[in-house]
Amino acid sequence: MTPAPTADLRKLIARHRLWERVFTIVGLIALLIGLLVLLGLFTQLAVTGAPRLTPEFFTSFPSRIAEKAGILSAWVGSLLVMLVTACSAIPLGVAAGVYLEEYAPKNWLTAIIEINVMNLAGVPSIIYGLLALGLFVYQFGFGQSILSAGLTLALLILPIVIVATREALRAVPGIIREAAYALGATRWQMVSHHVVPYSAGGILTGVIIGLSRAIGETAPIITIGALTFIAFLPTPPVTGEFPFLSFQWLKDPFTVLPIQMFNWTSRPEEAFQLNAAAAGVVLLVMTLAMNALAIWLRYRIRRKIKW
Amino acid sequence: MTKPMTTDVNATNRPAAGHRLVRRRGRQLRERFIEGLLFLAAASSVAITFAIVAILVSESLPLFKEVSLLDFLTDRQWTPLFDDAHFGIMTLIAGTATTTAVALLVAIPLGTVIAIYLSEFASHRLRETVKPILELLGAVPTVVFGYFALLVVTPLLQKIYPDLPGFNMLSAGLVMGVMIIPYVSSVSEDAMRAVPMHLREGSYAMGATRLQTAIRVVMPAAFSGLAAAYILGISRAVGETMIVAIAAGMQPNFTLNPLEPAATISAFIVQVCLGDLPHDSLGYKTIFAAGLTLMLFTLVFNILGYWLRKRFREIY
Amino acid sequence: MVELATNIFDAPGSEPATAALKAESRHLNFHYGAFHALKDISLPVHDHSITALIGPSGCGKSTFLRCFNRMHDLYPGNRYQGEIVLYPDNVDILAPSVDPIEVRMRISMVFQKPNPFPKSIFENVAYGLKVRGITQRDLVETKVEQALRGAALWNEVKDRLNELAGNLSGGQQQRLCIARALAIDPELILFDEPTSALDPIATASIEELMLELKEQVAILIVTHNMQQAARVSDHTAFLYMGEVIEFNDTKKLFTMPDKKQTEDYITGRFG
Repeated sequence: MTPAPTADLRKLIARHRLWERVFTIVGLIALLIGLLVLLGLFTQLAVTGAPRLTPEFFTSFPSRIAEKAGILSAWVGSLLVMLVTACSAIPLGVAAGVYLEEYAPKNWLTAIIEINVMNLAGVPSIIYGLLALGLFVYQFGFGQSILSAGLTLALLILPIVIVATREALRAVPGIIREAAYALGATRWQMVSHHVVPYSAGGILTGVIIGLSRAIGETAPIITIGALTFIAFLPTPPVTGEFPFLSFQWLKDPFTVLPIQMFNWTSRPEEAFQLNAAAAGVVLLVMTLAMNALAIWLRYRIRRKIKW
Repeated sequence: MTKPMTTDVNATNRPAAGHRLVRRRGRQLRERFIEGLLFLAAASSVAITFAIVAILVSESLPLFKEVSLLDFLTDRQWTPLFDDAHFGIMTLIAGTATTTAVALLVAIPLGTVIAIYLSEFASHRLRETVKPILELLGAVPTVVFGYFALLVVTPLLQKIYPDLPGFNMLSAGLVMGVMIIPYVSSVSEDAMRAVPMHLREGSYAMGATRLQTAIRVVMPAAFSGLAAAYILGISRAVGETMIVAIAAGMQPNFTLNPLEPAATISAFIVQVCLGDLPHDSLGYKTIFAAGLTLMLFTLVFNILGYWLRKRFREIY
Repeated sequence: MVELATNIFDAPGSEPATAALKAESRHLNFHYGAFHALKDISLPVHDHSITALIGPSGCGKSTFLRCFNRMHDLYPGNRYQGEIVLYPDNVDILAPSVDPIEVRMRISMVFQKPNPFPKSIFENVAYGLKVRGITQRDLVETKVEQALRGAALWNEVKDRLNELAGNLSGGQQQRLCIARALAIDPELILFDEPTSALDPIATASIEELMLELKEQVAILIVTHNMQQAARVSDHTAFLYMGEVIEFNDTKKLFTMPDKKQTEDYITGRFG
């Protein structure tokens, strides 16, 4: 063994090591860019919007005077639209997930449904808006109402709920299913008594992520033609007289938080842009809180259940 | 032949000897009924796809009675609501292509580097902490990103390049790129982590460093997974609406220059919908034609991505 | 379907050969898709006794066991031929007209790994009753206590019936699964290597329990442990490559096997 090649080799290794260190730094910078944008976005919104984040901001209607404008109709609208979305997407999505995971035979029809769900997850949200405009607003005559918006967003998050349900169900081991069958349970009893309750946490995680996406969606709501200036609240769902419940609100026009923010953002006056930032803070806090909740739930489930 | 019973309670729910064990109609009917309901729920997703295609086609067909498909594809102007109406979808496609290209120039390098770093270099703890935070980036409502692009990024860019117009595709594309980083990085990372350990060990055993192993062994092995991640990124960028509608302007402009304002397909739809829109108006028909074009693009990318991911899963 | 069933069930001349039979497989063949897993198996299962199935891994012993509660019905591509006759009904439980759910309500099963539901101890044991639509609280409580006593678990858990079953030790979990199987008053209990995931002390208590249980029910057990078969069973069948090589009294089979292959297996020369 001659000393020269060893020295060359050492130099080569040193160079490789250097590259390795360079990449580590590049990787960290790339990560930081992502994280810093998130942080910068949040601080910029918070700093700009802070002066407008007063209690009155939450209890006032939109107004032509920027300082008096608030998000009352927007957050009430968002809440009601989410209610419709949750009530339609959760049962439908969970049922579809249960069918695909626990019932579906392995055949071409199931394969088509599976590919289709994957494809729906990749359809841009504005396309759902066009579907809703053609179908809900005109064909079904629901108009530009809370019902139309809620159903539109439900279709949008349906693939998320289906995929999350399937993943949660898949985590329940087969041996638990066999235990239920061995005691004489039918398939539906096995599903409803065991598999679905045991995967409820995972399903809930997916539902929260889906709803957090729905609450921030703007494009499909604009597409169905939702008005941007709404200075009144929908009909209250609880009434003073029999039967105490009213569904009139489903048919009411509305606005939602992202629409309100979009509206203020596109105004040239700077005063309205402060409102936009304040609305952005509210929106961001809501979606990030929902996502954090989902992440925490997922973490807790992973720690708690050991099969 | 009867067995000695240990307790009298046993007798209550044990079937009498000679019990026929035949299938119970009622129970079976109920099971069938429930299965049918669940099937309908699953099949409804197919119905949604059909509804999308049917609505897009049926509502845009009247337009193609007035405009030839050739004009639609070759005209260089898109002015459907003017008196001198032109229907050149290429104008909108150019806008979409430009913003998508800018976004990908940000998202693909950054997303790939992050994926390599997290998959091959980062400690388990760092990975588990950073991934959820990165995912939050994809969860921020796009209208907030649009605000950020228009009111923060554009003024910043104008300090460097003062001639930049207030609405421009560059800032919209940049912000959109940041938004799709998590989509690209998480699918890429999954693909690289699925590469079996023995391939890496083979490379280490030859004296390769982690970086060499990542680039020469892991990335080629995860190729179709990486491709699927990029395709997913493209599909997101093509369909993204609010960022471009807010920051890139909504005026159709046949250009590939990111420094100019232009409308994308999705931004055009938003622009029309913001106005008053009677059911049988021309504007109404054009947004469905635009939507159909957009749907075709994303469909191609989705199918390509699905095929690549499937191929990737088949390898390992 | 139902008419056909009546014909099969009422077929004359199919009385059991011996009065003490609980079940009997007759020329049973089983296919997993293209794989012929069980070949022409005819075996009796005697009442109030323990029948052990031994043989090397993949010989079909678990597959055979799982025919008795029609577990194979759950997966596509499985096919039975031949019959398993349950006495005293004298019914072929593999017949298409027979409801597998009904079969599972009368023949219960204990699995290889303890698989309690992630519910309370009480709910675990009561589940079989719930499925049968038994809801009277006092009856359910009586049955749960009886089953837990039967599984020698009552004294350990009586004060914490509402705790999650997952908090029990492995051996306790397996006894809970036995209690769960007992609560539905089965006529036959199938044990699929019930102690393979347990330590020696827990194994001993399960074996002791099986010996007590056979006073009430018939037991069919699959075990990979020949000493276990020799210790607890009354009859033993040696299976190899999907066929019964030898069926005999346990004592006879382990001391003077008729077949050379059995002797080779029990003396550890193969398998």
